[in-house]
Amino acid sequence: MKNRWLLVYAAAYLAFLYLPVLFLPLFSFNASQYIAFPLTGFTTQWYTALFADTAMLQALSNSLKVGVVTAILSTLLGLLAAKAVTQYRLKGTGTALGFIGLPLFIPDVVLGIALLLLLAAIGFPLSLATVVLGHLCLCTPFALAVLIARFEGFDRSLEEASADLGENGWMTFWRVTFPLMLPGITASLLLTFITSFDEFLIAYFLSGTDATLPVFFWSQLRFPARLPVVLALGALILLASVVLVVLAEVVRNRGVAPDKKTIGA
Amino acid sequence: MGKSLISGFSGGVQVAKAEDGNDAGYLLLSPTLAVMALTLAAPLALLFLYSLTRTTGPVLEGGATLAQYAEVLGREGYRALFWRSLGISAVVTLATVALAYPMAYFVAFHAGRRKFLWLIALTIPFWTSYLLRVFAWKIILGYGGVINSALISMGLISAPLEFLLYNPFSVVVTLTHAWAAFAILPIYVSLEKIDRSLLEAATDLGDGPLRRFLRITLPLSMPGVIGAALLVFVPTTGDYVTPTLVGGPQGAMIANIISVQFDRVGNWPLGAALALASMAVVGVLAMLFVAAARAAAKAAR
Repeated sequence: MKNRWLLVYAAAYLAFLYLPVLFLPLFSFNASQYIAFPLTGFTTQWYTALFADTAMLQALSNSLKVGVVTAILSTLLGLLAAKAVTQYRLKGTGTALGFIGLPLFIPDVVLGIALLLLLAAIGFPLSLATVVLGHLCLCTPFALAVLIARFEGFDRSLEEASADLGENGWMTFWRVTFPLMLPGITASLLLTFITSFDEFLIAYFLSGTDATLPVFFWSQLRFPARLPVVLALGALILLASVVLVVLAEVVRNRGVAPDKKTIGA
Repeated sequence: MGKSLISGFSGGVQVAKAEDGNDAGYLLLSPTLAVMALTLAAPLALLFLYSLTRTTGPVLEGGATLAQYAEVLGREGYRALFWRSLGISAVVTLATVALAYPMAYFVAFHAGRRKFLWLIALTIPFWTSYLLRVFAWKIILGYGGVINSALISMGLISAPLEFLLYNPFSVVVTLTHAWAAFAILPIYVSLEKIDRSLLEAATDLGDGPLRRFLRITLPLSMPGVIGAALLVFVPTTGDYVTPTLVGGPQGAMIANIISVQFDRVGNWPLGAALALASMAVVGVLAMLFVAAARAAAKAAR
């Protein structure tokens, strides 16, 4: 009986999480320019208008560039640090991890402004590269968390066996370490990409004249007539995020399941 | 037994190796630390320097002064804004954690074979665009928005409800929704770690479900609850997007006034002092909260 109430609660909670966001796609297909009930009819004209907008396409391309570069660099940094933290006994590991995790606890507005001050002080011009810098600060802790979890389930004796069987360090890495780490690396790439792709505030301060997609989205909010097109854009960004996150979660948990079972038993 | 022996043995080997290989470990860690120093430590240090300067423009000169902090602490308007930000965040934290706990409990103990699906469903919002989740509430709560137009077209009200948008209420609702996923995961992890045999033992010794929950499950999940509370309280006090989109003048928070100081006409040193003072206040409150929660947990045992 108690379980049934919990299930009802869980379903209601899920509805609370998802329903508000679902109004974006719903009204993006509504024929009226106003975001209001009753719905007036089905249309795809807002999507047509969206894809005819060259500024939007430029922002999309900017976001893809920033996202890909950020994902690769932050995953690389996370990989090196995760290996150092899990496979060596270093003094000050806790301090280093606390420092790297700090951005989780600092408001984005402070991160963005502080980096903006530094760039202004050394006279570094704002561009997509500076957005990448800001996003590295935000994404590296995520990459590290995902990869540390993967390394901790990593059986080092497999590497030792490879070395005993005569493989050198490089071949051991390619034939043993890398394949075992691949799910973690893929999940980290996907999650850091989507974090960067969706990030607004830091990009808002650091992007200069090269708007990323969320910054473009923000700039369009000033024009009420553009609202349906903005909704269409939002719906597409949401769809892309959901697909990538599901992919990342499935990849990340592949091969971890047996371990979880032994913990649960 | 055999397995633990082997892992103990290889652990011993690892220690011996680690003694020689520590330099390699630090070398592996250094690029990440260097990037974080450049993008996090150096900017924050510079922000601190700016907060000690006198000039109002974007120039670093003159001796150090605490004038900006005096201004931050002295002016009534800033204090009111601080209190409002902290109050909104406290309500949001309470609501988020209280709503998330039963959800996390359900997934940890009663989701059965569907656990993985539930976890994915709860994780998706965590990674999707924060801006869009906040924006959704703007169109829901708006004057001519989803709720008002639905109620009017159903004939339940004749004029739009004005209290829905542009006040602290709309900020609290939006933040509670936007940060929900951040609270679930830490609580879930701490519930998942609880040794199930402890619960069986409590039942065997005659505890009913409620007593068992209060004496075993809740205390053991406190680390997750504290973590969730911090993960929501600390960043929401400095949130910019939500108060800007749905707050209006009555729902403005500290981040709005910080960012204003960094416009072309703004006062950079004052903005820096505001940013650091707010982080310091939140940091001190967070530490007090953790200490109080730990003391309470100890007393409960």
